[in-house]
Amino acid sequence: MDRRQFLGTTAAGFAAAAVLPPPQADSAIRDLCLHALDAAKAAGAGYADVRIGRNRSQSVATRERRVTGANESETYGCGVRVLVDGAWGFAASRELTRDAVAHIARSAVAQARANRRATRRPVVLAPVDPVADGRWQSPIEVDPFKVPIEDKIDLLLRANEAALAVPGARFVNSSMAFFLQEKTYASTDDVFTVQHIYRCLPQMSVTAVDPRAGDFQSRNSAEIAPMGLGYEWVTRADLIGNAPRWAEEAVQKLSAKSVEAGSYDLVLDPHHLFLTIHESIAHPTELDRVLGYEANYAGTSFAAPPEAVLGKLKYGPEFMQVQGDRAQPGSLSACGWDDDGVAPETYRLIRNGILVDYQTTRDQVEWIRPYTGRTRSHGCSYAESWADVQFQRMPNISLLPGERDLDVDDLIAATDRGIYIIGRGSYSIDQQRYNFQFGGQVFYEISGGKIVGMLKDVAYQARTTDFWNSLDLLGGPRSYTLNGSFNDGKGQPSQSNAVSHGCPPARFHSVNVINTGRYRG
Amino acid sequence: MAEGLTRAQARDLCERILARSTADGCQVNLTSGADGNTRFAANQISTSGDTSNAVATVSSRVGRRQASVTTNLFDDDGVARVVAASERLAGLAPEDPEQMPLLGPQTYREVPATFAATERLDAAVRADAVRIVADACETAGVVGAGFLQRVAGASAIANSAGLFAYHRSAEAAFTLTVRTPDGQGSGWAGTAHNDWDRMTRPASLAERAITKARGSREPAALEPGRYTVVLEPTAVGNLIGLLRFAMNARAADEGRSFFAKRGGGTKLGDQVVDERITLLSDPADGDLLESPFNGEGLPVPRTVWIENGVLKNLAYDRYWADKQGVQPVPFGGGLRLQGGTASQDELIAQVSRGLLVTRLWYIRAVDQRSLLFTGLTRDGLFLIEDGRVTRAVRNFRFNESPVIALNNLEAIGRPVRVAAAESGGVGGSVVVPPLLVREFTFTSISEAV
Repeated sequence: MDRRQFLGTTAAGFAAAAVLPPPQADSAIRDLCLHALDAAKAAGAGYADVRIGRNRSQSVATRERRVTGANESETYGCGVRVLVDGAWGFAASRELTRDAVAHIARSAVAQARANRRATRRPVVLAPVDPVADGRWQSPIEVDPFKVPIEDKIDLLLRANEAALAVPGARFVNSSMAFFLQEKTYASTDDVFTVQHIYRCLPQMSVTAVDPRAGDFQSRNSAEIAPMGLGYEWVTRADLIGNAPRWAEEAVQKLSAKSVEAGSYDLVLDPHHLFLTIHESIAHPTELDRVLGYEANYAGTSFAAPPEAVLGKLKYGPEFMQVQGDRAQPGSLSACGWDDDGVAPETYRLIRNGILVDYQTTRDQVEWIRPYTGRTRSHGCSYAESWADVQFQRMPNISLLPGERDLDVDDLIAATDRGIYIIGRGSYSIDQQRYNFQFGGQVFYEISGGKIVGMLKDVAYQARTTDFWNSLDLLGGPRSYTLNGSFNDGKGQPSQSNAVSHGCPPARFHSVNVINTGRYRG
Repeated sequence: MAEGLTRAQARDLCERILARSTADGCQVNLTSGADGNTRFAANQISTSGDTSNAVATVSSRVGRRQASVTTNLFDDDGVARVVAASERLAGLAPEDPEQMPLLGPQTYREVPATFAATERLDAAVRADAVRIVADACETAGVVGAGFLQRVAGASAIANSAGLFAYHRSAEAAFTLTVRTPDGQGSGWAGTAHNDWDRMTRPASLAERAITKARGSREPAALEPGRYTVVLEPTAVGNLIGLLRFAMNARAADEGRSFFAKRGGGTKLGDQVVDERITLLSDPADGDLLESPFNGEGLPVPRTVWIENGVLKNLAYDRYWADKQGVQPVPFGGGLRLQGGTASQDELIAQVSRGLLVTRLWYIRAVDQRSLLFTGLTRDGLFLIEDGRVTRAVRNFRFNESPVIALNNLEAIGRPVRVAAAESGGVGGSVVVPPLLVREFTFTSISEAV
């Protein structure tokens, strides 16, 4: 098949005019996949998988009354991964002809043979269930690529106008971005799947400036999560309706009281806490980190070695339950099969406050089997695109709600001296995930169970297990909310992963708060 | 094709795309090339990859409206579709009051950024280099994890006003983290350059990281506070890039930058750091070797950002420069912090009590008003007493501004090219010296090794 035919059978159009078919096992792509697998096997691969991808994106960005960017992108390509005598090889190219995919399959095999010289312990793959013809698509209601771009621009400019109408709001940036990954996967272990994965990212930020004081403060749309949904999510985000409040809060921050450093009870909103979960629970439970495979960049983990901590490490209080999944509807990590061809599981990483499991892929199960007894992957394999080799990435990692029907108001009412934090701010954590420092978007002082005013210059600094063991109040099921990280970096070369984290609001007892504004001259 | 399009191929493809354009203006930004990488962990290769790609972004202009579309399909139909799509999208965008005319033909400096040794870094050569390091770690009884990356390719820009720009480059980075088997010691070493032959040899890299890992065991827990520090060149490279990102003229003019002056205006012409600090960019510098043009096709000149401590330049895009009545000052061209001739050991010898910092990690902005950043030391923090390194110290979190650090300068060493990208791979070119700085602020201990 030449590129012309490939296009004709997969993309009925291009750019804004494209008509997206539902996931389908296109016979020409299937043929290319099988041809690549045959070429890999013929060249000596003991195992091979192939991903043919079409990556599509559209973004619109504005500032104040101006469009700063209107962009679309559509790229294609094929990546082939092989095992030769227990050594991996991977090659990828944009060329989508039979000759080209066979060539990259052979290149991957040649690379694996070169790598074999520096291999001490061969890779062992955990079993996978065959899938004859699997299909999956994100649960979108409105295809974002079918919504006219004029409507998107109009929405953003109206939201900007609503923000600029607030006295003191000087600058506004807003944007929306949409992504579609059409991925066909096949492996020599009899898995064949076609998936259409959508993601969307609406964003906004308002800045207020006080030139006389040399001060400026921003408030972003922290409560608007990136999601694995369609344009309906942008509509529900109501940027126009929310913009005045964000603008008012940016202005309020200019005159907010600078926090007095010290120890406070923290009430953390789900739209803030998700990132704390991401950094201090999701990353430390990545098995490759735990075993040193990410030591040169992302780092290792304090939750190690497995034999010393599994079933023993008290991460938090007994009512703390943490789940891994790729199933929550609309979540960023949701899929039918991972990039190993495994249907992901929903499972517990922390049960009753105790660490009980890690995140795994097929080639990691053998490392951990003696300690968990598990013989199958949890389904955590992911590659950013056809051009990148897949490896272990976090699924959605979520803190499950408590049994009592509490919401954030109940948590505030129960707090005598504290700070309520909304939204993600500055965040930094060490390479073993012990010591972290997090800021936020807006901060409110709590006194006697009531919010008494806005604060600024707030960051809290803690040690991971001390922090989680100070968790003493948890919101109930109705307060459980998803937010997410759209560009989580890991791996070398660094690949981006999008992942959701669900949680209720939660309270943490006596956490060290620092004042970050004290350096201003 | 594997190493990117030749000048003739790039020009041909750009002309094919421009020939299809029916818009008032059209520009093509074309990148092509190959990324080869090999990772290792637990003293053996873990994964690797070789990827080739070519991508064109076509930007069309209809009056003052503009939009861009990106593709990697270059048969006649693919070219026709990407041009049509960008024109359609441009027609739907509102008029851009800040649009500047397309640049006409420009003159660029030749930057010879490809080297035969770097282009030869295929999977087999990479595997051999990794094996030298992995074997050294195995023999030493330590655990090595690292990354060898080579990126080779070409970038080109062409537009309907007659501009054509083309630049070829190859670059490599090799970084290594060595940990002791008990998890109590960790050491890092890294090297990066366009020329593989000018990079630290694998055996030396391994030796440096192994020595650091062994030396970093049994660290002393010191009280957080302000310390005199010798920042190794990599740590300086981690910090210095933060400063440059803040050097945006428009943000300063708009009052939302450290470089905005209280009451209005910018700090251009002000003494902002110690008078021994001179920071510049120069794509043709033999150790920087960056692209001689930016994404608009504007030539990137040698630009001195800070000279003898005085802020000399902020970056102006073409619109903002026009509005302010100045010449545009593009970002780009790598980063060089001028230094002296002192070695790192000579800086250490000047310290009666202080800390030696190998590198910094997870650096994030805390307060843009003061350019305050937080982050952590990593993979080798050592105590200096009476002019020599005496023992390991437990890692610290810092909350510090690079501006304050460069004001607290005590001494400056000899610059070298560093592998300063947090990702440990190929990044922007950075040449920096080790620095001796007083009163660097550490705010808490990290147990991380």
